[in-house]
Amino acid sequence: MNCTKCKTKAVIKLPRHHAAFCKGCFNGFVHDQVAKAIKSQKMFGKDQRILVAVSGGKDSLALWDILLKLGYKADALYVNLGIGGYSDRSYDKVRLFADSVAAPLGATLHTHKVEQEEGSGIRELAQLVHRPTCSTCGTIKRYQFNRAAIEHEYDVMATGHNLDDEAARLLGNVLHWQEEYLDKQGPSLPASVEGFAKKVKPLYRLTERELAAYCVLNMIDYIVDECPMAQGARSLLYKEVLNRLETESPGTKQTFYWGFLEKQSKKESAPTTMAEKDQALLHPCRICKQPTTSEVCSYCKLMARAKTPTTL
Amino acid sequence: MQVQLSHPARTVEIKGPKRAKDVLRELSLVVEAHLVIRGDELVTEDEMLFDKDQIEIRPVISGG
Repeated sequence: MNCTKCKTKAVIKLPRHHAAFCKGCFNGFVHDQVAKAIKSQKMFGKDQRILVAVSGGKDSLALWDILLKLGYKADALYVNLGIGGYSDRSYDKVRLFADSVAAPLGATLHTHKVEQEEGSGIRELAQLVHRPTCSTCGTIKRYQFNRAAIEHEYDVMATGHNLDDEAARLLGNVLHWQEEYLDKQGPSLPASVEGFAKKVKPLYRLTERELAAYCVLNMIDYIVDECPMAQGARSLLYKEVLNRLETESPGTKQTFYWGFLEKQSKKESAPTTMAEKDQALLHPCRICKQPTTSEVCSYCKLMARAKTPTTL
Repeated sequence: MQVQLSHPARTVEIKGPKRAKDVLRELSLVVEAHLVIRGDELVTEDEMLFDKDQIEIRPVISGG
């Protein structure tokens, strides 16, 4: 099989684009998709400072690599969740990339250790507050990334969510008719109130398989192991189902998610924008001052419960 | 050929020659959720794999 563009030997076939690419043309394709996402969703410009949320996985390291190669000013934050050997191995991958690729391009890695500030690792915190680990992890990561972006005065925070992540999340929300979450499913969320960083997902046009291939081809060493806490997560089931559909009918994932975005953009011309809705609903948390819909934000509630002694 | 798999990590023996997509099919693995790597090079599903090849089939799904 030969590359659709230059006719040399292909290394990856992309049925959803009726194409196959060699390494060079595939890298060009990936960079073009990210550039298109940034431009079409008005994510950020070349003079703005970006904070990338990195985990040591393929998506976030690929994102950091792509943004730096496209000439953006992108630093990163790693949140060490304290999941034993898994967190240590993840951090090693992030550190290796930061030292060998990012630092020579002038980029900085920030780190946050959950055990240091929150008092224990994510598994123990989840047990203390009687909540699922993935949900506790999500609350802490969203909070710490937003806080770091605001404190270090970054213009925008970028995450490595890809097409599979967004299509799976959309499927879950639609299956349960969680309409209130659909507004937040776009790849570019505004800094609608004071204390909220703008959040963007520049990889939403690329699949997990394409991002894993990008890492293999560019020798980006990432953690292949699944997070031990994520085993059996519902989102993984949705991804499996979508991948079976994609194999039978290439383009299903992009038609599903991009079609949703197209419908959303038409809806946004309605009088109430997401920023207006946020401004009506959000105000500073009584304790930490970050935006919340309640008197006290979910992070401060979580930490208060975690620090309350349990009575048997 | 020796085929290295993940989740859980294990090695299985598959008789060659076979196309990558047929190796995936024999192992009941979906193309869209895996990469086939020979040595350290990525190969397409149509690539013919032989008994002497060291193959890694890497899952690409992540997240919770």
